[in-house]
Amino acid sequence: MRSTFTLNINDERRTVTAPPRMPMLWVLRDLLALTGTKYGCGIAQCGACTVHLDGKALRSCVLPVGDVGDGHITTIEAVGRTDNGEKVQRAWMEIEVAQCGYCQPGQIMAAVALLNERPAPADFEIDAAMSGNLCRCGTYPRIREAIKLAATGKTDAMRTLVIGPSADSEVKEP
Amino acid sequence: MLRRELLKTGAFCVAFSLASKNRQAFAKSATPADAGNAAFSPNAFIQVLPDGQVRLTIPNVEMGQGIYTSEAAILAEEMDLGLDQVIVDHAPASPERYTMPLQATQLTGGSTSIRGSWDVLRSAGATARLMLINAAASRWSVRPDSCEAKRGVITHIESGRSLDYAMLVDDAQRQSVPDVVPLKDHRRFTIIGKPWQRTDTRDKVLGATRFGIDAQPPGHKCAAVIINPVWHARPRLQNAPLPAGAHEIVALDDCLAVIADDFWTASEVARTLSVEWDYGRCTPFDTAQLRKAMNHAASNAEALTARHDASWSGRTPAESAEYEFPALAHAALEPMNATVACRKDELEIWIGTQAPGRVLDAAHRLTGFPKERIQVHNHYLGGGFGRRVETDQVEQAIRIAMKVDYPVKVIWSRATDIRRDLPRPPFLDRISAALDDDGFPIEWTDHITGCSIFTRFAPQFMREDGVDPDTVDGADNLPYSIPSVHVRWTPFDMPDERPIGWWRGVGPTHNLFRVECFLDELADHAGIDPYLYRARLLQHSPRLLKVLHLAAEKADWHRPLDQGFGRGIAVGKAYESYVCAVVEVDATSTSEIRLTRCVCAVDCGVVINPNTIVAQIEGGLIFGWTAALWGELTYAAGAVEQSNFHDYRLMRMNEVPSIAVHLVESDEHPSGVGELGTAIASPALANAVFNATGFRCRRLPLVPAIAEHVQSNSGGLKQRLDNLVSSFTRQGGEP
Amino acid sequence: MKSFTKITASLCVVAAVVPIAVVAKNMLSRDPEISAPDIAPSSELIARGEYLTRLADCQACHQVKGGEPFTGGRAFQLPFGTLYSTNITPDPETGIGTWSDDDFVRALHRGVRPNGENLYPAFPYTSYTAISRDDAVAIKSYLFTLKPVQAPAKKNELLFPFNQRWGLALWNGFFLTDRRFKPDPALSSKVNRGDYVANALGHCGECHTPRTLAFNLSDRIYAGASLEGWNAYNITSHKEYGIGAWSDEELKRYLLEGHAPGRGTATGPMGEVVEYSLRHLKADDASALLSYLRTIPPRPEGFVANVKESSMMTAASGSLPVATDVIEPGQRVFERNCASCHGWNGGGVQQKTAALKGLRTIYDPSAANLLQVILHGTESSALPGRSTPMPPFASLSDGEIADLVNFMRRYVGSGGKKIGAGDVADAREYQH
Ligand code: FES
Ligand code: FES
Repeated sequence: MRSTFTLNINDERRTVTAPPRMPMLWVLRDLLALTGTKYGCGIAQCGACTVHLDGKALRSCVLPVGDVGDGHITTIEAVGRTDNGEKVQRAWMEIEVAQCGYCQPGQIMAAVALLNERPAPADFEIDAAMSGNLCRCGTYPRIREAIKLAATGKTDAMRTLVIGPSADSEVKEP
Repeated sequence: MLRRELLKTGAFCVAFSLASKNRQAFAKSATPADAGNAAFSPNAFIQVLPDGQVRLTIPNVEMGQGIYTSEAAILAEEMDLGLDQVIVDHAPASPERYTMPLQATQLTGGSTSIRGSWDVLRSAGATARLMLINAAASRWSVRPDSCEAKRGVITHIESGRSLDYAMLVDDAQRQSVPDVVPLKDHRRFTIIGKPWQRTDTRDKVLGATRFGIDAQPPGHKCAAVIINPVWHARPRLQNAPLPAGAHEIVALDDCLAVIADDFWTASEVARTLSVEWDYGRCTPFDTAQLRKAMNHAASNAEALTARHDASWSGRTPAESAEYEFPALAHAALEPMNATVACRKDELEIWIGTQAPGRVLDAAHRLTGFPKERIQVHNHYLGGGFGRRVETDQVEQAIRIAMKVDYPVKVIWSRATDIRRDLPRPPFLDRISAALDDDGFPIEWTDHITGCSIFTRFAPQFMREDGVDPDTVDGADNLPYSIPSVHVRWTPFDMPDERPIGWWRGVGPTHNLFRVECFLDELADHAGIDPYLYRARLLQHSPRLLKVLHLAAEKADWHRPLDQGFGRGIAVGKAYESYVCAVVEVDATSTSEIRLTRCVCAVDCGVVINPNTIVAQIEGGLIFGWTAALWGELTYAAGAVEQSNFHDYRLMRMNEVPSIAVHLVESDEHPSGVGELGTAIASPALANAVFNATGFRCRRLPLVPAIAEHVQSNSGGLKQRLDNLVSSFTRQGGEP
Repeated sequence: MKSFTKITASLCVVAAVVPIAVVAKNMLSRDPEISAPDIAPSSELIARGEYLTRLADCQACHQVKGGEPFTGGRAFQLPFGTLYSTNITPDPETGIGTWSDDDFVRALHRGVRPNGENLYPAFPYTSYTAISRDDAVAIKSYLFTLKPVQAPAKKNELLFPFNQRWGLALWNGFFLTDRRFKPDPALSSKVNRGDYVANALGHCGECHTPRTLAFNLSDRIYAGASLEGWNAYNITSHKEYGIGAWSDEELKRYLLEGHAPGRGTATGPMGEVVEYSLRHLKADDASALLSYLRTIPPRPEGFVANVKESSMMTAASGSLPVATDVIEPGQRVFERNCASCHGWNGGGVQQKTAALKGLRTIYDPSAANLLQVILHGTESSALPGRSTPMPPFASLSDGEIADLVNFMRRYVGSGGKKIGAGDVADAREYQH
């Protein structure tokens, strides 16, 4: 009942032996030790496990490894190597979206997929793309702002000061 | 050797205590040996390392509230360091050493971290700085006040000579601890008050943060547990062959653990395993029976008096109301989990916990191993909310680990996480008021019925008169000027003594809801604007009055709204902070209440990091609205009916209104913000719903209550008849 | 309540007409009862019996969800009350362990228990009556190889007068045509075999053929009917109302895999039929069934699944909707709960079986099946692309579900009358 799959994960070939029904979430976490992708619900209701399959956001907890084939899987560990991934992560840091941080890999993956499809999303598109991702800490207002910041470079939100020698010695008003 | 050597030799170390009652710093230049000194039991340490970095070891846990950064900022401020020069460390589990102020054990919760550490951390930092300056001054033979410190460098102003803190490690060690240490004037703060990026942010964004669930010690296996959602049920053991894929099945008295190489395989086996249960001493109650039992207790059981003003005379009230609150789940996004390795005579635990001290105690109790042989590796928490102060889940994991000879990671599925939660208890509260001629309360009578958490969790915090201080928090300390107040509490136990637990605020969340909604009722009764009504009653609470006016002004309180829209206000004091929220809703659709806007004003004393405070308020509000709108655990045959996010609903992106948080500038002692938003969110929302619809919702959650209300008001019979007709016309598939 | 009225009315009609002739005709054309000693089962017979048991779809009814197969206990919510299926394992006390071949055959052919009690026609003996004695005995031989399980029958909860079993004799007199299947020489043997598979064994008509007011099957064969809150759609060969426009490939995939892209996904009772019965069809039986279905005369009843009509859905991308002036509440319900699996363009994000495009379920103006799926979700299955179950969304309020349904139908362009919260409340009354 186990089969061997050669998967394309974060631009590397990885070989795993697993039952074809095993969800990618657990292939990533338990077989490949890529623990950035999180388990929250297991039934596609929270989005914590979101990864990209060929640039599109999918819930890995309900994505059987047997269905992946040659598709390119990207996880939070490598999404920063893409343009949009880098932009989104920078925006996320700049206005400090994360609280406990557990949902954030999934949020970021969903946001990057949104920007891949729509470089400057309207509010209703942000809702449409992000409402499937839960955040128990309630970081939604900042997620929205960070997506806009990543898309436009502009935000009204409070920006953080990055801790470092220069920032300390010369404190700027936010 | 399991226990990490805490204090590296060669560092200048200031040990201090976050535990002292009078919040005085016991700062002392200490060596590890001194730490045991009876008169001085430090629980936090500042070390100036030879490489110039300063390490702060504190017992708090970071779970998204940003305290590491804030505590680093406080220290950096007083020590004249750059924020980049401070490293903050999780303290290892050791309740003797790391007991938290305001908690009496090593535990993070109740919005106490900054409240408890502000003064001591400041004076400890200032002490360390002064000792370093004294050391430099004596080396140069100059007066200490002719030197200044900046970014960890001490300069003698006249001569321009300078020394790094790191170069003074040995000298400082020999300095005596000064008795009086001046603290920095607030106006000279350069670090405190700025929106620093949190130290944990970067890893969280990159997906590199390790949560408890991410622990993967070598050779570990994963366990899925089958626990009956009915408490106290026991599995009947059968000798069935081991299903394919499972490595082992471990039976405990209340659960079975299926162990496999990966969690999914373990869960799949667990799913197909049919287990018979012995329901011996379980009560198969349902929600209706629970409500009835509470009602019975409220009317018949003995009540303890929490506050009795001498002038209270029991006058006939003009208004009275009964408010009801359901049991609530935590539903932290990271399901409960723990990884445990039990070796011959030592135990290692990987977990994200709010209470490393309790975990250590529990492990010691279960295994009998000396505490030095037990190591708790604390991780980041994927949400705590009071759930991760409990040890039930890790205790189960320890018991499983004791039966196998490899490290085992026990993860609770989401369904188990919700069904076996230790929920925020239900409450049934009765409130009434006698009014003066203008409609303002002159006598206030409040009667709370509900479970006590402290009785089980930390009995030493029970009041001497037997009252649970949390249960009545927000009720017996009303900020309003009401001449006589009488508050009682009737303890209630869940069936089968099922444990209930902390949440993101327990006492204040239900007490503020009732008080603020009832005040709204009184304002309505008096025909007075609810904002002005409150303003008049708050004349003697200047800080509350300030947030009240600020929120009302920023929300443009008097701007008229369209038909079907509503605006509500609530104000209160909790966790020593002051907060007011104005919420606007759109109730024009029959099927949903949409929040459109929220304006919130907060006075939490000195603002250490405005960005994290605003984040806590935003998140807290959303947490509170989630509970107010949908939060409810219901029971059938003794089991919780909800199991996952499809039936335990959390607020989502497209339901969140715009939120503006205004912080009041203040020089007061910093106070709690983690649970503040949660406590104020629900009454402001319910008052807005009333304003929009005229429906006063006294039973949470709101959505089902409103649906029930709409149904009973929608022409009843006629609608049923219409439905009957329409169901006929759509049957049978005729053209 | 409503059903009761309907049935009472129908009984009056029946009583008023009293077509004695029908009774007489039915009685006269009965096949004679053949009695024979019990056969010693061979392994071939048992294997054939197992296959036939699947084709006759016994398991779906004689088991509760997640329970032990063939032990019964499943509830049938009929207009006149609730019936429970019984234990058909060979347990001597609570099952059929003491039954002879004759007993079993009589139950299948005439709906009568060994003790002479009449069975309720929820047990489809009006279809099984066409099964040959050989096949019936084969089924019994297989059932007798099962592990006997002690599982007493649950008590039926029927309203008067339906709790009077003697009434069934009368009903049988009217509506039971006690005859074995006879091939129609005018048709190919393939079509005849398909007829036998569909009607004698598969008893498709029990769900898909509308009933008359007296609760017998009408002659509008396979024109679509509703039961237990679900609609069994029109499967006549009508190109718009039925399945006439489905390609052979589509039809075959639907029957064997429970999913035909752009047409439908079998869930609920039909999902069980695929799960327990149809997916086991041997290739020749499958193509026989298909050929037979093609011969069903078209009937323009029900509704049209107009896939071609332009819609907001066709204009959307996989992951984002098109812009609209106002966002209706139903769209927000959809984006919270549905979009991440089903997608905005109806293509199915997670698995192809989650595609909404073209589903009759969404075009059905009654929204019956859509409501049932939303309320009850779907089960995980070994069928291709069905490993992930859909969670039940019963915790959404009636109003929200109505909004959602109205949005989905507007979104895919099917239009139709809006449903209200009351319709959702009605749909909730069916427990599955
Ligand atoms: S874990 Fe996959 S969506 Fe929640
Ligand atoms: S940041 Fe904690 S769940 Fe989103």
